Amino acid sequence: MKKTGSQILCESLINEGVDTMFGILGGVIIPFYDTLPQYPQLKHILVAHEQGGAHAAEGYARATGKVGVCIATSGPGATNLVTGIADAYMDSVPLVAITGQVARSLIGKDAFQEIDITGITLPITKHNYLVTDTASLAGIVKEAFFLARTGRPGPVLIDIPKDVLTGLAEFNYPEQVSLPGYKPKVQGHPAQINKAAKLINDSKKPLIIAGRGAIISESYNELKQLAETAQIPVITTLLGISSFPESHILSYGWLGMHGMAYANLAVEECDVMIAIGMRFDDRVTGKISGFAPNAKIIHIDVDPAEIGKNVRVDIPIVGDIKPILQNLNKAIEQQDHIDWISRMDYLRKEHPSINIRDADCIIPQYVIRQIYESTQGNAIVVTGVGQHQMWAAQHFWFDKPNSLITSGGLGTMGYGLPAAMGAKVACPDENVWCIDGDGSFQMNIQELGTIARENIGVKIAILNNGFLGMVRQWQELFYQRRYVATPLSCPDFVKVADAYNIPGITIKNKIDVIPSIKTAMETEGPFLLNFIVEPEENVYPMVPAGASLSEVLEEPIKKVRCK
Amino acid sequence: MLTTKHTLVAMVTDKPGVLNRAASLFRRRGFNIDSITVGHSELPHISRMTIVVIGNSAMVEQVRKQLEKLVDVIKVADVTGAKTIIRELALIKVNAPSTTRSEIMQIVDIFRAKIVDVSSDSLIIEATGDEDKLSSFYNMLRGFGIKELARTGCVAMIRGGAKSAAIDKESLKDIQ
Repeated sequence: MKKTGSQILCESLINEGVDTMFGILGGVIIPFYDTLPQYPQLKHILVAHEQGGAHAAEGYARATGKVGVCIATSGPGATNLVTGIADAYMDSVPLVAITGQVARSLIGKDAFQEIDITGITLPITKHNYLVTDTASLAGIVKEAFFLARTGRPGPVLIDIPKDVLTGLAEFNYPEQVSLPGYKPKVQGHPAQINKAAKLINDSKKPLIIAGRGAIISESYNELKQLAETAQIPVITTLLGISSFPESHILSYGWLGMHGMAYANLAVEECDVMIAIGMRFDDRVTGKISGFAPNAKIIHIDVDPAEIGKNVRVDIPIVGDIKPILQNLNKAIEQQDHIDWISRMDYLRKEHPSINIRDADCIIPQYVIRQIYESTQGNAIVVTGVGQHQMWAAQHFWFDKPNSLITSGGLGTMGYGLPAAMGAKVACPDENVWCIDGDGSFQMNIQELGTIARENIGVKIAILNNGFLGMVRQWQELFYQRRYVATPLSCPDFVKVADAYNIPGITIKNKIDVIPSIKTAMETEGPFLLNFIVEPEENVYPMVPAGASLSEVLEEPIKKVRCK
Repeated sequence: MLTTKHTLVAMVTDKPGVLNRAASLFRRRGFNIDSITVGHSELPHISRMTIVVIGNSAMVEQVRKQLEKLVDVIKVADVTGAKTIIRELALIKVNAPSTTRSEIMQIVDIFRAKIVDVSSDSLIIEATGDEDKLSSFYNMLRGFGIKELARTGCVAMIRGGAKSAAIDKESLKDIQ
């Protein structure tokens, strides 16, 4: 029996294990939505803006490791997804974006709401498709999910003309994909693994840098075994946070522009660097010529194009991280590295980096620490982008695997609220905290509507300093305090939440911080906390753009200006 | 590092947009492409691209890896070091009044090129060769006044029995 393209799409999605989609409909994609009631196992969450839908699908994907799905109509619906797709591309998030397209006869005619979304998303997708006939739809969906989730995960877009959705075809879901040009390498080369093991066994000052690849591949145990067997200090990238428990004795924080000074200084001193599932972003390396000057670098990554892209690599190992680490661990000798560990401890003592000073007013770091204490770390933290993001990464202790969801590569303000929404939908039994800034929060504030309607129990903590704080910090430090276009005039966020029937509290006094967090936790459903914090607090440590990691600025003695 | 010309041979699936994907990649990553050609290969539904790229070896290696990441690209080989036949075709329309025509025809002979069109005051010459040969040929003709030049860009093939960019035929069985 023949089925419509819409039915084929729904059944293909079900075959791929999809249970939740985030989207908004529009003219050309009505046929798909019209079919949804036939498939109650496909839950569709109507978002307020397509960008929110894309980030929600990302949050869902990052919390579960499954492929996130977002839907939009043609034209502006599709272009509104672009930021979310780009974000997923930069952070290797498995995402399938489905867009409606005008009917085939109208393509190329500048029809109403026609846009070349496959052209637009060419450089920000792992692959994309314009479906040209109903019979090929099922095969394309199969390929899209396969591409999104395998190898280095990433976003795939499927653009479907309206008449492909309404057209008829036989439905046979293919068992396999045929992609001769796509061979994600799984097994690391044994000779390379042996060379790496020898280098590690001979090293005096080895250092592990774990990135998001360690989380994607779920190599938590393998990473721990490697570190513990040879007593290797572990630092992570921003996106690698929660790949290794931060309260572990071998954990030395994370590196980069706002990473811990001791982590950055360790990079300078190490003699062997074991880089696992990371890509040497400029925010991680600082000035590239000054990066790890004394180290031989072992780079383990599933993407061969990442090897040697930014830094010279001495021993590349391309493949799936988990089996590579398993094999590497077999060849690693027990060591204690007492001198190196005590050097690391000395660096940490001399450069504490994340002490929170006493203050009478609310400083943002204190709020983060109290959320950590109150939840006892048992939460998934989702952030926006800016100062609050760095403080959350610094002052929350991430012991739980995969417990920080943050926009790293693209640095997308407005990511926090929708991504937290997606994470909470994916993991309804987890405590999901959206830690956001007042600027970032306002960029997708409309998703409060989605959260309210679906009763998604996200706890929202806004660190409200009345500025686009990270930019203000750069203006303070590098532009002689000329605060051009950074002061914000925010609405009363509690009143906004109230308009959506979401309860909230504004907190102006330090004494109210802990009780308010408790109230949020004890209240069923979503809750908003609006923390009025010290406005000109800066994020330290800081490696200025273009400087070497060793040129890290640490917190100066600063008089607290309490209101 | 030394900047030189490298010749890459890529086998790609014959799908709409594949040239666009490759070209978009070069643009976006700032790779300096000297020429790019695409056409049929000996395999059905597989096209062959030849890309001449200018850069140091690390950059060319990035080009190769990034190209191989494209889903429609099956195999990329850098054939620069190998013993390779590299050819390019040029059509040159040159001023050729009767006073200079015979001189031009002698040069055409020396370069083993062909005259493919004659009119009262011009000739179209077809020439093949590697880039250097075509450039010297062009320079020889320049003095006569060149009205038009069209060059195809390079194609390349490794000498002897070895494949320039061997691909596993088994993996292609489902392509149509």
